[in-house]
Amino acid sequence: MTVESSALYDIPGPKALARHRLYGGIALLLIAAVIGWLVYMMFHTHQFTYAKWQPFEYRGVQDLLLRGLGNTLQAFGWTVLFALPFGALFAAGRLSDHRVVRWFATLVVEFFRAMPVLVMIFFVFVALKVQPLWALVAGLVLYNGSVLAEVFRAGVLAVPRGQREAAFALGMRKTQVMTYVLVPQANRAMLPAIISQLVVALKDTSLGFLITYEEFLHAGKLIATNLDYDLPFIPVVIVIAPIYIGMCLLLSWLARFVEKRSRRSPSTRGGAPVVKAGVAMGLPPSAQQ
Amino acid sequence: MKTLTDNWSTYWDGFLGTLSLFAVSAVLSLVLGVLIAGFRVSPVRPLRVFGTVWVTVLRNTPLTLLFFIVVLGLPRFDITLPFYTFAVLALGCYTSAFVCEAMRSGVNTVPTGQGEAARSLGMSFGQTMSLVVLPQAYRSVVAPIGSVMIALAKNTAIAGSFSVTELLGTYRTINELGYSIVWTFVWIAVGYLIITLAVSAVFNLLERRVAVSR
Repeated sequence: MTVESSALYDIPGPKALARHRLYGGIALLLIAAVIGWLVYMMFHTHQFTYAKWQPFEYRGVQDLLLRGLGNTLQAFGWTVLFALPFGALFAAGRLSDHRVVRWFATLVVEFFRAMPVLVMIFFVFVALKVQPLWALVAGLVLYNGSVLAEVFRAGVLAVPRGQREAAFALGMRKTQVMTYVLVPQANRAMLPAIISQLVVALKDTSLGFLITYEEFLHAGKLIATNLDYDLPFIPVVIVIAPIYIGMCLLLSWLARFVEKRSRRSPSTRGGAPVVKAGVAMGLPPSAQQ
Repeated sequence: MKTLTDNWSTYWDGFLGTLSLFAVSAVLSLVLGVLIAGFRVSPVRPLRVFGTVWVTVLRNTPLTLLFFIVVLGLPRFDITLPFYTFAVLALGCYTSAFVCEAMRSGVNTVPTGQGEAARSLGMSFGQTMSLVVLPQAYRSVVAPIGSVMIALAKNTAIAGSFSVTELLGTYRTINELGYSIVWTFVWIAVGYLIITLAVSAVFNLLERRVAVSR
């Protein structure tokens, strides 16, 4: 029994415990039945025959998958490289003292957050006739950069007011206040949210599949639709899904680890509260104020 | 403007397709999300584990991969449904993980003392939930659910690449007719803006109605 759920019910007595065990048994049986059905269906539809798994022994197929994985990581790398400066720039724009700059930055950030990423990717790909890799990266940078801008901005605003006032009282200029006082503290507090947003970017690199960028899923589909290999769709999924989900999980765990570490760290004490890590859909809760 | 007026029926079909895709998967994700959130806070261990695994795996799965598995994988198990149903399944399951987390953190914001006080007044489990815990949780849940729903509306765009009629997919038809590609996308963007702004307006309204200063 976890502590967090105790608003809902009392600590169970012997009778309640027995009942919970009964429910637990029934739930286990149901879950086992579903898994059993899946495994049965796989055997029933001959997913484990040699012919379907044989392609993975070929050098060419292995290279194809690795190249796909490499392309996925490449798109992710470029996205990170461009999205972070983009986010920083527009966060600074939204926090600017000049009204025109503020409005412009707000307009850009709000627009790209309201648009589906895929619409931007298709627009760059179809209308501007850009190569798939750069179309994908452009779309992802515009969207994730805008979300990151909001995260950065929320971070700077979350630094206690005294810090900013003290820095101004010491005679720092506004750029100095930002770079020496506010941004370092905001970064430390927001790092979990930033890494979580990078998980979203990594997940969204799979959208490249839809504009025929030769990434991981694309390689998988090439193998899965090959008649010579007896259409090994399920084996391909069994191979690529754990790798893809595993990469995202690793990055999510990194975010959680960073969160725990910076919560303990003395350098965040008294500053902006460290945000929770967690892959979000849309804007992360830490940036919604 | 000509791009819009000449292709009004194509756009309209796409718009309605996106809208219905959004509505149906929103309902599915809300129902599933509440159910899984119930699992995650229940005292029954296997259910809790199931809920945790469901949320962890789905939150870290690329939606395209999920579409790939559902649309192209389920037919291998001799499950053949319309593409529309597959798309709703993928979108609904994916979004349910995020709905579940929003619900759970909403329930967790209710202080333990509230539940304890309700029970010490002799309220049953049902009364505690419906009169004390859920009304308070509801308040802090509206805003996060709103942003998840907006994200869901945007994610429906992926379905277009898996043979479902929706707004983004209309660009192919219109492009083939030789209309200006930039304007085609402008009107698609307007369509999505209408939907996302409407959803956020609805949730802002809800939020204002339940807002109570604490």
